[in-house]
Amino acid sequence: MIGASLFVSAVLFAIGVGGVLVRRNAIMLFMCVELMLNAVNLSFVALSRLHGVTGQVVVIFVMTVAAAEAAVGLAIIISAFRHFKSADLADIRLLGG
Amino acid sequence: MTWTAAGVQLAHFWIFGAIAIASALLFVTRRSPVAAALWLVNTMFCLAALYVLLEAPFVGAVQVLVYAGAIMVVFLFVVMLLNLGRDDARLDLREPGVRGAALLVGLLLAVELVVASRTPAEATAPLPAAEGTNVVAPVARALFTEHLVAFEVTSVLLLAAIVGAVALARRESPASRGPAVPEGPAA
Amino acid sequence: MHPLTGTAADLVWLLPLLPFLGFVANGWLSLRGAVRARVTAHPTRLETEGSRHPQFTLVNVIGVGSVVAAFGVAIAVFAALAGAPDAAGPYVQTYGSWLPSGDLRVDWAFQVDRLSMVMALIVTGVGALIHVFSVGYMADDPGYPRYFSYLNLFVFFMLTLVLGASYAVIFVGWEGVGLASYLLIGFWFSETRNADAGKKAFIVNRVGDFGFLIAMFLLWANLGTLDFREVAQRVPELAAGGGLVTAICLFLFLGAAGKSAQMPLYIWLPDAMAGPTPVSALIHAATMVTGGVYLVARSADLFAIAPVASLTVVVVGAVTAIFAAVIGLKQWDIKKVLAYSTVSQLGMMFVAVGSGAYVAGLFHLVTHAFFKALLFLGAGAVIHALHHGYHAVHDETSDAQDLRLMGGLRRRMPVTFALMWIATLAIAGVPPLAGFFSKDEILASVFRQAGGSALAQATWLGIPGSVVLGTAYAILLVTALLTAVYMTRLMRYAFHGPSRVPGDAAAHVAESPWVMRGPLVVLGALTVAGGWLNLPALLPLGPVGTLEHWLAPVTGRGAAVLAAGAPALGHGTEQALVGVAVAVALAGIAIAWVVCRPDAVPAPDAPAPTSGFGWLLSNKFFVDEAIEALIVAPLVKVSRLVLWRGIDLGVLDALFVRGPGALTRGIGWAGTRLQSGLVGTYVWVIAIAVLAVLGLMLLMK
Repeated sequence: MIGASLFVSAVLFAIGVGGVLVRRNAIMLFMCVELMLNAVNLSFVALSRLHGVTGQVVVIFVMTVAAAEAAVGLAIIISAFRHFKSADLADIRLLGG
Repeated sequence: MTWTAAGVQLAHFWIFGAIAIASALLFVTRRSPVAAALWLVNTMFCLAALYVLLEAPFVGAVQVLVYAGAIMVVFLFVVMLLNLGRDDARLDLREPGVRGAALLVGLLLAVELVVASRTPAEATAPLPAAEGTNVVAPVARALFTEHLVAFEVTSVLLLAAIVGAVALARRESPASRGPAVPEGPAA
Repeated sequence: MHPLTGTAADLVWLLPLLPFLGFVANGWLSLRGAVRARVTAHPTRLETEGSRHPQFTLVNVIGVGSVVAAFGVAIAVFAALAGAPDAAGPYVQTYGSWLPSGDLRVDWAFQVDRLSMVMALIVTGVGALIHVFSVGYMADDPGYPRYFSYLNLFVFFMLTLVLGASYAVIFVGWEGVGLASYLLIGFWFSETRNADAGKKAFIVNRVGDFGFLIAMFLLWANLGTLDFREVAQRVPELAAGGGLVTAICLFLFLGAAGKSAQMPLYIWLPDAMAGPTPVSALIHAATMVTGGVYLVARSADLFAIAPVASLTVVVVGAVTAIFAAVIGLKQWDIKKVLAYSTVSQLGMMFVAVGSGAYVAGLFHLVTHAFFKALLFLGAGAVIHALHHGYHAVHDETSDAQDLRLMGGLRRRMPVTFALMWIATLAIAGVPPLAGFFSKDEILASVFRQAGGSALAQATWLGIPGSVVLGTAYAILLVTALLTAVYMTRLMRYAFHGPSRVPGDAAAHVAESPWVMRGPLVVLGALTVAGGWLNLPALLPLGPVGTLEHWLAPVTGRGAAVLAAGAPALGHGTEQALVGVAVAVALAGIAIAWVVCRPDAVPAPDAPAPTSGFGWLLSNKFFVDEAIEALIVAPLVKVSRLVLWRGIDLGVLDALFVRGPGALTRGIGWAGTRLQSGLVGTYVWVIAIAVLAVLGLMLLMK
């Protein structure tokens, strides 16, 4: 079942990457990243059956960090939206060279 | 495949896994952000089920509570706040050519990851599952002994995130000092 | 246990140390004075005429005292050495390790032996006299302490040169005297001409130093040592007459030719007359320029087994001797005449040491130090007196060194006049003055060697050695004639006939003070008596061949090798040789006396001859111009076009200065293009990179 978990995890991760590549809305990009995090979490949990409970602990940390990230990230998006009147990343290029 | 306990478990696993992958695909391809978010919630529920099948029910529970329950709610809330659900002249998805390229990259990456994760670890015997109902205890023990420092640091991180979110999302004009965007991470 | 251990010879370290302390003390006084006056510019001498440096006495005590004390030490060491048995080898004092690098081992070591102590006596003795003379000559100069500190520095390095126990230590002194020479030639540096002369001397000497260095490298690579004693011991390992030892000797001679102003590197010495006259006497006549002769004599063991190199020395010496003598005939600057005379006399010394007559060469070195120092100091006294005369009548344009503006000085400066004549007769070779004995010995030695010695049997560029030596003898005879001519011409124009000094200045010309006349008198006495150092058997006026016996342990072996097989000269032949030499000298004096009539002197502004031999002569055979056109100008052109424009600007700047700049800017430009600020682009870049890296990792597994 571990192999199956890793397979599912890999596919989900690839889907997340594809989503990041294909989306242009900041919030959607964000959600794709969350999907990638979840894919990795699945690998952690699966491998924790082999290597002990630490994998599950790491998953809990990942969830906490993801929560913090969501809070700050969404706040930034709201700020940016207020400024640019858009959440489209093509409109936001302050760091352009 | 015989109807052993392990066989049943594996069947369940593949069912939930297939649903998770299907939901993820739908999530990526929906035009409406709200629909996409809901499909993502579905993927997360399926993952919670997979966790339970992998004998990590505590993580599964936390997955439902935190991810599906809290984080995704915040996402939906912001989507609706910013009124992204409306029809827009500009599609959220990129041009068809880019979509094809993204599909290619995604497929290639999936193949590579699957090849890379094909591990002979299945051969080794899985750890004996914790007997009894107390599945939280091992996680708790590890969390509060071995990883105590990291745990405490995480709490500081969350505090910082709360403060940061409030500060960032406040209205810029000090004159119109309305209530800040009500949001907060659930943990 | 060396027999000199525990004697005064142990004090040899004091010799260089005393002048060095003088240099430090006077240098400090000079710097302090410059700081106090808040000026670093050099006031002209006219501005300070008659005013003395505030620390005049202190500077004298330090500057003159240190050299006089060093002379005392030299006498003590010399006495100790004279008391030691003949067989006692060189007494080497080692003070520390200088270059312990791998197999190379060079020590700070001084060598007390008969040659080095003769040189040390000359350097400190003549040096002390010239220091005393300088007290009077330089009294009014605002740079008084600076002058004495440089002079002391020179004595320090010169003593290091003569006392060094290895080629490496000699080289330190060699370079050091070059530095001191540069500083003193350009002493009045506020005039570009003087500073340029200093630079010229320094740069031309570099060419010679290059040869010296190559010789040292060759010695080290093949014998594994630079120490004189060890080199002497291991000389038999080198193939006699082989290419290696010839190369070593030729490169050593290149160094010697640079320092001792031989063809074609002599061009710096006439220009070096830009320095104060006592400096010309000490450095550019009596001591430093004889360093090359000393080096060849010091390397006698090497030159003895390299007859081709020895013959080269003879040829170069002979050509230089006559060439410089011819140029000296037509010079109007009193110091330039003496400068070309010095070059010519150095050429004679090289003929002597090249032909294996080391003692004759060194003997002439010693006597030349006496009479040439006397001539220079006499000329200095004349210049000094005229300078004061011009100053008294406020004439600031007339040249105090121009023979055309002298004449009739014998009544004004009788002591100087008499002493100068003694020195002139000595350099011309009139018996029984010092120059007669030493010059005669050189002539006799060359003649003897030509008659069938080992050297005469060698060939030089296909010419038999006997022919080379015979020609050299003839050239030296002609040189002796010319020497007598140009020196008599100088005396005739400077001291005899009516005065040609412009204006009333002549009335103010007077004999110099005793502090300047004293050294002249002492040098005059030495010029008269110097010949007794090495009397020939022909004229047994005292102990015969003292210097020859004295130097036998140092140069005897090499001389014996080169002279092997030379027939002893019969009494009659020897008398004939002496007769010819004396006749030539007297003839030269007579010719000059007749030809150089004071009433036929052209005006200083008279045009120089524009054709014929006189034209060549007044332009010094265009040697400077030829070197300028053949070496300097192409060098400057190559430096400017190839090295500067081509390599420096074209390659180095482009490749290593502007190249990296452009590269960095280009990368920066590309970076800004890459930094679009579009998150979508970044994501694509990251994804493709991950894809590639992961794929590569899987493929390589």
